[in-house]
Amino acid sequence: MGLYTAVAAGGFRRYATYGTATAAGVFTNTVFGFIVAFTYIALWDQRPGLGGYDQSQALTFVWVSQSLLAAGALIGGGFQEEIQERVRTGDIAVDLYRPADLQMWWLAADLGRAAFQLLGRGLVPLAAGALAFRLALPPDPWRWLLFLVSVGLGLVVSFALRYLLGLLAFWLLDGAGINLMATVVSVFFSGMLLPLTVFPGAFGEFVRVLPWAAMLQVPLDVLLGEHAGAGAAAGALGFQAGWVLVLLGIGRLLQSAATRKVVVQGG
Amino acid sequence: MEREFADLEVPRARGRVREGLRGYGLIVAMWIRSTMTYRTSFALSTLGNAAITLLDFVAIYIMFTHVDALGGFTLPEVALLYGSCSASLGLADLLLGNTDRIGARVRDGSLDTMLVRPVPLLAQVAADRFALRRLGRIAQGLGLLGWALWSLEVDWTAGKVLLVPVMVLAGAAIFAAVMVAGAAFQFVAGDAAEVQNSFTYGGCTMLQYPPTIFATELLRAVTFIVPLAFVNWLPALYVLGRPDPLGLPGWAAFLSPLVAFAVFVPASLAWRAGVRSYRSTGS
Repeated sequence: MGLYTAVAAGGFRRYATYGTATAAGVFTNTVFGFIVAFTYIALWDQRPGLGGYDQSQALTFVWVSQSLLAAGALIGGGFQEEIQERVRTGDIAVDLYRPADLQMWWLAADLGRAAFQLLGRGLVPLAAGALAFRLALPPDPWRWLLFLVSVGLGLVVSFALRYLLGLLAFWLLDGAGINLMATVVSVFFSGMLLPLTVFPGAFGEFVRVLPWAAMLQVPLDVLLGEHAGAGAAAGALGFQAGWVLVLLGIGRLLQSAATRKVVVQGG
Repeated sequence: MEREFADLEVPRARGRVREGLRGYGLIVAMWIRSTMTYRTSFALSTLGNAAITLLDFVAIYIMFTHVDALGGFTLPEVALLYGSCSASLGLADLLLGNTDRIGARVRDGSLDTMLVRPVPLLAQVAADRFALRRLGRIAQGLGLLGWALWSLEVDWTAGKVLLVPVMVLAGAAIFAAVMVAGAAFQFVAGDAAEVQNSFTYGGCTMLQYPPTIFATELLRAVTFIVPLAFVNWLPALYVLGRPDPLGLPGWAAFLSPLVAFAVFVPASLAWRAGVRSYRSTGS
């Protein structure tokens, strides 16, 4: 356990050294937050209550999603390119020698990264949004605690999906195309472009059970109190935990298949 | 050195442009060949490039399943804004989108290698990892623009017909100038590619929505400070026969090429200043 804590701390420190990049990211998230906020105001002015949110809840959705974007690596920027590169160059063989589990190693590093970005790139945009607009941030500390648990589960879901992409490099060699497709899917199906509750009909119901919903939509609904009450909150967190188990499980299967492939090639 | 050869400046400048374009062409050709090594990945990423922007529009389409107009604009009108901006940004991105990698090159010292090569630095930086897949965004933008023009009932005049291609090209030139300025900024700021992205990708996200939904201060800023409004808002408003929310006269719609030139001047000066101030990290 100590090993993985150290790896996570390393991931945190590694991203903490990029001060300018972090500041630039904060600037970008804030700019995008303003642009999206104005479009949501126009939309919710005409359709109050759209998607089950009032206008200040919709604006909260905007700013909290900008705050979670970097931590959840929703538009890329995570570690999968690094795994893919290590597979391509053969460095992955070194990783396999280590007396640590490959998946847990990368999970720890990624959670360290996410923790830094949650603080470094999350707080300022949210504060800017709260200053400029009337947000529906709950005063209840219990709700914030639930939100943080939900964010944590969302981050693991995000990791588990990107780990699969990273491993695909064993078969694809070049990951650029698949990474791009994955970004497309994650931006659209996480609710970053538009809350998933606004998606119409059966299509809306379908997108709300996909794993990407666990990355952004569910944490936001927990924060906004859409899953108020113990039962509803447990359901929301259970949905995320379910995806965590399924995706990490697939990751393990793929990992052992990939590892065998390395041995066949002779490393 | 520069001053000693002042009398040679004019022919030298012209020679340098030609040399720059030639170098740019060679580097681009190299990257295209390299991209084609992984054809499946190329096909997927071109498709992905079109899809990522298409899904943006799908989100707007979903908005329009709930409302008839956004800020008083109908879906085809928003598609006109969306398509033109997307095509312009795609074009600028294809031609010199990788200038945003310069911060990383300053950091890891690989810019030094570029400085000793006999090709102007800007040409090398612009052609760096030239990504043909960006045709995806251009194709998608032009497709939507075509659909918008076909669905809209515009009172076409010669001026409006002319304005549509001018809007796309001048828009691309404005974005290109912003990219050069952003690259210059990275000499000072280091790894700040994302600031550049806020003005290019963020700017395009804003320009795909009607100007009527934004606060006046923001409109003033993107008209007079970073003149993104000339990328497509002003020309498109003219084509649609709508007034500018800031009250600019109709002929302002035709200023985009001039504005592009006006932005290029400080951008290229900043670039030169940036290159001169460059100190290698020594790594």
